[in-house]
Amino acid sequence: METKPDLNIDRSIGDFHYDVDYEFDAGIGLSERTVDYIADVKKDPDWIRDFRKDALRKFESMPMPTHWASHDLDNIIFENIRYYLSQGTQPKRSWDDVPEDVKRTFERLGIPEQERKFLAGVEAQFDSEAAYSNIKAAVGDQGVIFVGSTEGLQKHPEIFRKWFGKVIPTGDNKFSALNSAVFSGGSFIYIPPGVKVKHPLQAYFRINAENFGQFERTLIIADEGSEVMYMEGCTAPKFETSTLHSAVVELVALKGAKIQYVTVQNWSANVFNLVTKRGIAHEEAEIKWIDCNIGSRLTMKYPGVIMKGRKARGEVVSIALASDGQHQDTGAKMIHAADDTTSNIVSKSISIGSGRSTYRGLVQVGRHLKGCKNNTECDALLINTESRTDTYPAITVRGKENACQHEASVSKISAEQIFYMQQRGISEGAAMSLAVNGFVNDLVQQFPMEYSVELKRLIDLEMEGSVG
Amino acid sequence: MSLNIQNLHANIGEREILKGLNLEIPKGQIHAIMGKNGSGKSTLAKVMAGHPDYEVTAGEVTLDGLNLFEMAEPDERARAGLFVAFQYPMEIPGVTIANFIRAALQARLPKGEELDAVEYYELLYKKMELLKIPRNFTSRAVNEGFSGGEKKRCEVLQMAMLNPVYCVLDETDSGLDIDALKIVSEGVNAMRSPERGMLVITHYQRLLDYIVPDVVHVMVDGRIVLSGDKSLALKLEANGYDWVEKEALQQA
Repeated sequence: METKPDLNIDRSIGDFHYDVDYEFDAGIGLSERTVDYIADVKKDPDWIRDFRKDALRKFESMPMPTHWASHDLDNIIFENIRYYLSQGTQPKRSWDDVPEDVKRTFERLGIPEQERKFLAGVEAQFDSEAAYSNIKAAVGDQGVIFVGSTEGLQKHPEIFRKWFGKVIPTGDNKFSALNSAVFSGGSFIYIPPGVKVKHPLQAYFRINAENFGQFERTLIIADEGSEVMYMEGCTAPKFETSTLHSAVVELVALKGAKIQYVTVQNWSANVFNLVTKRGIAHEEAEIKWIDCNIGSRLTMKYPGVIMKGRKARGEVVSIALASDGQHQDTGAKMIHAADDTTSNIVSKSISIGSGRSTYRGLVQVGRHLKGCKNNTECDALLINTESRTDTYPAITVRGKENACQHEASVSKISAEQIFYMQQRGISEGAAMSLAVNGFVNDLVQQFPMEYSVELKRLIDLEMEGSVG
Repeated sequence: MSLNIQNLHANIGEREILKGLNLEIPKGQIHAIMGKNGSGKSTLAKVMAGHPDYEVTAGEVTLDGLNLFEMAEPDERARAGLFVAFQYPMEIPGVTIANFIRAALQARLPKGEELDAVEYYELLYKKMELLKIPRNFTSRAVNEGFSGGEKKRCEVLQMAMLNPVYCVLDETDSGLDIDALKIVSEGVNAMRSPERGMLVITHYQRLLDYIVPDVVHVMVDGRIVLSGDKSLALKLEANGYDWVEKEALQQA
């Protein structure tokens, strides 16, 4: 396996792990038996078992996308990975009932505290299953459903089955197929018509085990005129061996609904983070992905919005930070499939040392459409000469009266700027940190307050580590 | 107690710019350096501040007895009390003036101690008023899109906030119209103190009508060749630099 240089950055937030006894373990490697084991443990209905098996066949038949993506993908050894580990499939409704070692983990990550302070509901996933899932009574009373994917498909099949796998088909890519075969955990959310959920719902994904793959599956349906903000965070301890995280997230915003999906990804530097995220926005609906990637070894993630109804809006706001040994391959997909739809992409990346950032954007406006607008801004900041950034925009605009605008910039923090700040008494590390925070400042302000504070702190830690 | 420069030699690349410069600025005084373009005036400011492009090949600079060149990093020198107002201040996109000055003050506090935000803003607004800088300035990014005059006022604002012991003002008058020049000069004069020494680098004597120096030095080819009182500046204004250079050559 290719060796990567050690990351000289502070991972203290998530870099710890407890030995946990797993009641359910699908063992190492992937086969139809693995899929059956998972389906048995989760007491899946037959249609899900079939869905999984069909997905496994697709996964096995699809090649690695290394003809366009990083060859680092070849370092994922699928037969060395454990695909399902849990202490049981039923999440607890109270932290008091969560097993001590798991509870300790989430307390250390500050989850119960955040829940008390500003969240409408929390789901805390530990390896393959949620250990805790709860929604504030007032929110539940409005008819909002916030449960894990298993509970969603078992207890709310009429909604679940209608949308599951419809936004992202199993064979969309090799990793969406893998997720579809072995998915476990993630959230199922339904917001009834007209309900505006005031506080965010949050999921926290924790990988504790070594040689493990986490494959959560999230489906959010915002019914007509409803609004919801969903936030996800994640961490894992740093192991010598690689860990795989491959999620599928599907969003459906029905007429006039608004969904904001916020991610702060801080996986440890041994995690392959290969995620497929897409939403469908119906008439006058709005889907906004706010995506921040700081951690992982390789991230490939291009959140997308299919604007299916007239006047639908899609937006992707993303920040990527690639330190030594990291590759953040991120971007956005905007599919305009109706008149007068608007999309906006703002992407900022920071590459430090041998870190590498790649932006891939896809904007499509069909031939028969009119009144569509897209704005893409894509800025890269390079810190020291080794770092690398690539931009691959793909913009296809057909039809009349459609407007598309693309701006890209690459800048560096100059030695003169650092000297200027140092002359004011600011250390080199703090000066770098100020400059980087300045670069992403306008985007960070779009994150919920609690997350923007955390984000700033993470950037400070990274920058301190990047100066000798 | 003084800012004392002894026999300072400095290069950029292979080229020697400062060629044995001597200068002492006692606390409580304002000195001015005048000289033609290329005489090494701005180099002196940058060398003292620790700009990485310059190499000191000989000589010594002490701040109240502290050896400046024993402090490797520019930020250490700044925290020891040296402030340079630059001729061309850098733009720092996305970093607001308020946050920038705050970070600079925070850097002067012992680890673990937090700057009091309320007191900070009170002081900032007071100093801004003195320099006739509007309140909304604080939320603008440092020097980004500033006019020449705004940049210079921003430099003097930083100087006033950071309370340095020795200040070097490099061509602070360049790019200023007469009204801005008056305001900036008032700001500098307000910082005159028995506890502070200042060095004003300028091309023109005009600035010295507003910031009246105790001593005026003339710099030619990397050295101070002539010193005198305020009247020297007037003489230079009237007769140009050529006579000084001739005199310097005769002495050499």
